[in-house]
Amino acid sequence: MTEIFGVPTQALFGQLLIGLINGSFYALLSLGLAVIFGLLNIINFAHGAQYMMGAFVAYLLLNKLGIGYWWALVIVPLVVGASGVVIERLMLSRLYKLDHLYGLLLTFGLALIIQGLFRNEYGSSGQPYQIPEQLMGGQNLGFMFLPNYRAWIIGASLVVCLSTWFVIERTRLGAYLRAATENPQLVQAFGVNVPRMITLTYGFGVALAALAGVMAAPVYQVSPQMGADLIIVVFAVVVIGGMGSILGAVVTGFGLGLIEGLTKVFYPEASATVIFIIMAIVLLVRPAGLFGTQK
Amino acid sequence: MSSVPTTPHVAVAPGLTGNSAAEQRTHLIAFAVMALIFALAPLVVYPVFMMKVMCFALFACAFNLLIGFGGLLSFGHAMFLGFAGYASAHAAKIWGFTPEFAILFGTACATLLGWLAGMLAIRRQGIYFAMITLALAQMVFFFCLQAPFTGGEDGIQAVPRGRLFGFIDMSQPLAMYALVLAIFLGGFAFIYRVVHSPFGQVLKAIRENEQRAISLGYDTDRFKLVAFVLSATLAGLAGATKALVFQLASLTDVHWSMSGEVVLMTLLGGLGTVFGPVVGAAVIITMQNYLAQLGAWVTVVQGVIFVICVLAFRRGIVGELGAWLKKSL
Repeated sequence: MTEIFGVPTQALFGQLLIGLINGSFYALLSLGLAVIFGLLNIINFAHGAQYMMGAFVAYLLLNKLGIGYWWALVIVPLVVGASGVVIERLMLSRLYKLDHLYGLLLTFGLALIIQGLFRNEYGSSGQPYQIPEQLMGGQNLGFMFLPNYRAWIIGASLVVCLSTWFVIERTRLGAYLRAATENPQLVQAFGVNVPRMITLTYGFGVALAALAGVMAAPVYQVSPQMGADLIIVVFAVVVIGGMGSILGAVVTGFGLGLIEGLTKVFYPEASATVIFIIMAIVLLVRPAGLFGTQK
Repeated sequence: MSSVPTTPHVAVAPGLTGNSAAEQRTHLIAFAVMALIFALAPLVVYPVFMMKVMCFALFACAFNLLIGFGGLLSFGHAMFLGFAGYASAHAAKIWGFTPEFAILFGTACATLLGWLAGMLAIRRQGIYFAMITLALAQMVFFFCLQAPFTGGEDGIQAVPRGRLFGFIDMSQPLAMYALVLAIFLGGFAFIYRVVHSPFGQVLKAIRENEQRAISLGYDTDRFKLVAFVLSATLAGLAGATKALVFQLASLTDVHWSMSGEVVLMTLLGGLGTVFGPVVGAAVIITMQNYLAQLGAWVTVVQGVIFVICVLAFRRGIVGELGAWLKKSL
C-alpha cells in the first residue's frame, strides 16, 4: 500500500473527503449566518436548530408521507424558511431598536425550545435516512473510492454557495440588499420595502440552514442534537473568516473542513479542537478575521 | 454593516448611576435580609439545595459583573466554573489539599484561564465577543473530555471534603454550609465593592461609550481584561466550591448549556442589578429541581423563559421590582 508521511493514502484521502464534506456544511451554514448578519445585524443562534429541523422535516416527509429526497430538497427549505419568516415577524422585528445582543439571546432561547421539543418527541438517538437510489454506489478513482452521494454534497453545496454569491454580488436584487446593509433608511427612502426585505432575508438564511440539514440527513444520523455542537464550530469558522464577504465564508468553510480532516489523520487527539485553536491564532494575528475588515 | 449604532449597550435597570448614601443604605438592608435568609434557610429547606443555589448565585453574580457593568456578553462562562471545579477536585482528591487550598487552587486556575481567554476575546466586541467566548469554552470542554486527569465522561467522583484549616471536619453538613455561606457572601460583597469603586465607574463609562472613554485617556482594553479576569476568578471560586459541596466535578459544568444557564439566571433576575443574579439563580435552580422528572421539557421551559425575558421582561425580576419601588436594587 502506498504511503504519504507514514500514512496510507487510502486513509489520507478518505479523511480529506470527510473534511470536504464537513467543510461543505460549514460553508453553507456560515454563509446563511453571514447573509442574516449582514442585514439584520444579529447572530442567529437558532441556525443549528434550524439545520436540525431541516433534516427532521426531510425524515418525516419520507417516513410519514412517502415523499423522497429530491422533493424534500425543495419542500424542506420552503417549510423551514417559512417558519423563519414567522419568527422574524413575530419576535425578531421587535428587537431591531435594541442592542444586538438581545437578538442573540432570543435566538438562543428559540434553539433551546426547538431542540427540547424534538428531543421530547424523538429521544436523543439518531434516525437513519436512506441515500436516494440515484446517488447510491460510487466511483473508483484509482487512488480512492468516492461514494456518489459524497460527491453530490460537495458539488451541490458549491453550486448553492456560488449562486448565493452571484445573486448578492451581481444582480439587481443583490444590489438592493447590499445597499440596505449599508444604509437602510436611504434605501427605504428610494421606495424599497426594507422591512419585507429583512423578513425575506432571514427566511432565506434559515432556508439555507434547512437545505444543509436535508443534505446532511443521509450522511449523519438525524438527531435532535445534530445542530447544537455544529453551530459552535460554525461560529468559530465565522470568527476566522470574518462576516464581511460571502466568498470569504465559503473559502473558510471548505478550508477549515480540510484542515480538520488532515488533523484527524496526523494528530487525531486535536481534531475536535483544531478549529478553535486556529480561531485563537487568527484573533492574535488578524483580529478582524481573514476576510473581514475591522470597523 | 455600517448601520450598527455606535453605542451598543444592554438596557440596564434604572439607577446604578450614582451611589448615594440612601442607595447604599437600601443595599445594606437588602444585603442583611439576604444574608439572614440564606443563614436561616437550612432550617426549612434541604441544605445541599441551598448550597447549590449559593454556588450558582455567586456564579451568576460573577457573570453579571461582566455583562451588567462591563457590557460584555460572555457565552462561555461555564469554562471557568467547570475547569475550576476539576482543578479543586483534583487537588483535594489526588494531592490531598485541605479544602481552603483546594478552592484557592481551583480559583487560581480559573484566573489563569480567564486571563488567557480574555486576551483573545477582548480583541473583538459585541456579538463576536459572545461567539469567541463560546468557542473557547467549547475548546476547554473538549480538553476536559480528553485530558487524563478529568476522568472523561465519569468526571472526578467521591472528592473528599477534607478538614478545613486541618481541623474542622467538612463532612459535617453545618460546617460545609457555613463555609459556602461565607464564600458566597464574601464574593457578593467583593463584587459590590468592585462595581462601586472608581474602577467600576470606568467600566460603566466604557459600556456606555467606549470611544469616549478612550478619548478621555482610559486604556479600555486593560479595564475590560481586568473585568474579565475578575469575573472568571469569581466564577471559578463558585465552581471550586461547588465541586467540594457535591464531591463531584463533571462535564456538565463545562458544557455550553451551562454557559447558557448562567445567562438565563442573570437575565431573569435582572441584568446589571445588584441582587438580580441571586434571585435569578434561586428561581432557575428551584425550577430545575421541581421539573427534573420532566426531562427535556426543562430545556423547553428555559427556552421559553429566555424568549419571554427578551421580548417583554428585559429588566428582569429585580429590575422590575426596583422600578416599581423606584429604587435600584
